[in-house]
Amino acid sequence: MWDYTEKVMDHFRNPRNVGVIPDADGVGLVGSMACGDALKLTFKLGPDRRIADARFQTFGCASAIASSSALTEMIKGKTLAEAEKITNQDIADFLGGLPEQKMHCSVLGREALEAAIANFRTGNTVQKAIDGKIVCACFGVTDKEIERVIRDNHLTTVEQITHYCKAGGGCGQCKPELGRMLEKILQEQPAQPTTTEPARRLTIVERLRLIEETLNREIRPALQKDGGDVELVDIQGTRIVVSLRGRCAQCQVSRFTLKDVVEAKLREFVAPDIEVVEERA
Amino acid sequence: MRTVYLDNNATTQVAPEVIDAMLPFLRDLWGNPSSMHAFGGQVKQSVERARAQVAALLQADPSEIVFTSCGTESDNMAIRGSIEASAPGTCLVTSRVEHPAVMGPCHRLRDLGHPLVEIAVDSGGRLNMEELEAALQRGPSLVSLMWANNETGVVFPIDTIAGMVKGKGGILHTDAVQYAGKFPIDLRQVPVDLLSISGHKLHAPKGIGALYIRRGTKLQPFMIGGHQENSRRGGTENVPSIVGFGKACEMAMNAMSDEATRVAALRDRLERELLKTCPDTQVNGDPAHRLPNTTNISFQYVEGEAILYHLSDLGVAASSGSACTSGSLEPSHVIRAMGVPFTAAHGSIRFSLSRYNTDADVDHVLTHLPGIIRKLRTLSPFVT
Repeated sequence: MWDYTEKVMDHFRNPRNVGVIPDADGVGLVGSMACGDALKLTFKLGPDRRIADARFQTFGCASAIASSSALTEMIKGKTLAEAEKITNQDIADFLGGLPEQKMHCSVLGREALEAAIANFRTGNTVQKAIDGKIVCACFGVTDKEIERVIRDNHLTTVEQITHYCKAGGGCGQCKPELGRMLEKILQEQPAQPTTTEPARRLTIVERLRLIEETLNREIRPALQKDGGDVELVDIQGTRIVVSLRGRCAQCQVSRFTLKDVVEAKLREFVAPDIEVVEERA
Repeated sequence: MRTVYLDNNATTQVAPEVIDAMLPFLRDLWGNPSSMHAFGGQVKQSVERARAQVAALLQADPSEIVFTSCGTESDNMAIRGSIEASAPGTCLVTSRVEHPAVMGPCHRLRDLGHPLVEIAVDSGGRLNMEELEAALQRGPSLVSLMWANNETGVVFPIDTIAGMVKGKGGILHTDAVQYAGKFPIDLRQVPVDLLSISGHKLHAPKGIGALYIRRGTKLQPFMIGGHQENSRRGGTENVPSIVGFGKACEMAMNAMSDEATRVAALRDRLERELLKTCPDTQVNGDPAHRLPNTTNISFQYVEGEAILYHLSDLGVAASSGSACTSGSLEPSHVIRAMGVPFTAAHGSIRFSLSRYNTDADVDHVLTHLPGIIRKLRTLSPFVT
């Protein structure tokens, strides 16, 4: 048996949001019976332009059903701009992970979402249009789709490409081409990890202001509510020294406050490599 | 939760009598059968008794039985060992629906430059006999064809095939791993040269198999480096499993009529009722030439792995030819070779019974499976 997480099995056994919305705003159908899995996603927008309802129908294995169910839960309440940002990895993460051989189920979810949003915006096709040149004829996978899964998931082997988008999983004739595509992308990507930060570096003053703003807006109000507080002491490169005040200073769980609140927020709003330490008296 | 085990073509429960027969050889009689002392020598007698029990199941001479570690080893030994011992240019002839243990060595030999012909099957999984006849015209050949298919239970007419192959002077190997113990085999009547069987498919433990080698058949040993098994297979004998295998073969002889009647009736009822209660369902494989314990049913518009996981939640063990269960992305090569349409190929489920199954087991599946299929079909975008 596959090593599925409890969450995968829960969404498989008790799938959420099964069905079709009759007057849907967006409809996306991806995959096919021949490929072994297919997903039809429908959504309806509310008056606030957020996704008010989402339903799915899936032909496929346990992880395909679970991925579809997870997707509908993830997109409800989101604007289309927010929903569009969901990656296949987000779907897998929501489920506590998927076996690598099953990652294509999460890609199927992301593709269905894109097809449904495209259908809403253009009113055109419900079925995902073929975009690019077909590389894998067995499963009808295009060069654009293959490049996308390589980049999105930082893939490094041809086997992984097959696990993520099925390309190469039939007759195997396209494997040499997959290898060439992979090599090209790996060469152009620098080894350093990618960040979502803008390329321009902040000046020291800008960085100080951003840190203070974040502390004042995102962190201190929450701590003050519990009778605590935090103060900026020093900035040493990526290392930020703070001092916990009030009830935070005596709190048994202040270590977690430091990491899960202060550091997490500063990483989110300032830079992902920030490390927060407490000033020791 | 009670287990309803309907996956006996994958592996079987070890018979309690087999375990009892084995235990003394794990606990007290652990000598080496090759030793020149009485402590080992008494073990040798038990190995030879087991050899006679295995030979009896095949109506063969005990000297024609070589113990191996599994069916896969027997298949490898037969195919690679015969090719190595035969004239250069010998043509390999096999089918498109063989077990990977036969397909693997055949493809490997093809890659090394040996000619290979893979005979097609029809939609019922029956071998195309004209293609076989044509392949045999090509000159000296090693033919490897399974006696019964593990996925569909379809039986090839090995007695007829043996006559054809021997008429052309070829060598015939048959993988009888699924067939042995379910139908009588009489190798005095059927001129097969090499035949593979496996212990764990007939209620012996895993890790033991045998290859029948007809006297006079040329075969290069595969496991070399020991004088055991008359220098045909090196390695100290797996004594407890050999003893258990012998006992299991003896029991299979006695249980065969039960397989052919009571087990077949259970299988027939399961199949008949499922076809009745689940619409858009088909049987894969010719029902007229089939093992008594196997049925392969396709539930259209649903996917096999999803069915298996729901069945598993109810304690039912079965298997599927769907892509997802194998970790590959395409349905099984057997289902594809039979030309089963995609609407049905991904939803194929194999139920394989044994003498330990009861009416209550079949009732349990019949109570729950139609609901599972209905539930999965409401999920399917292909059912409107």
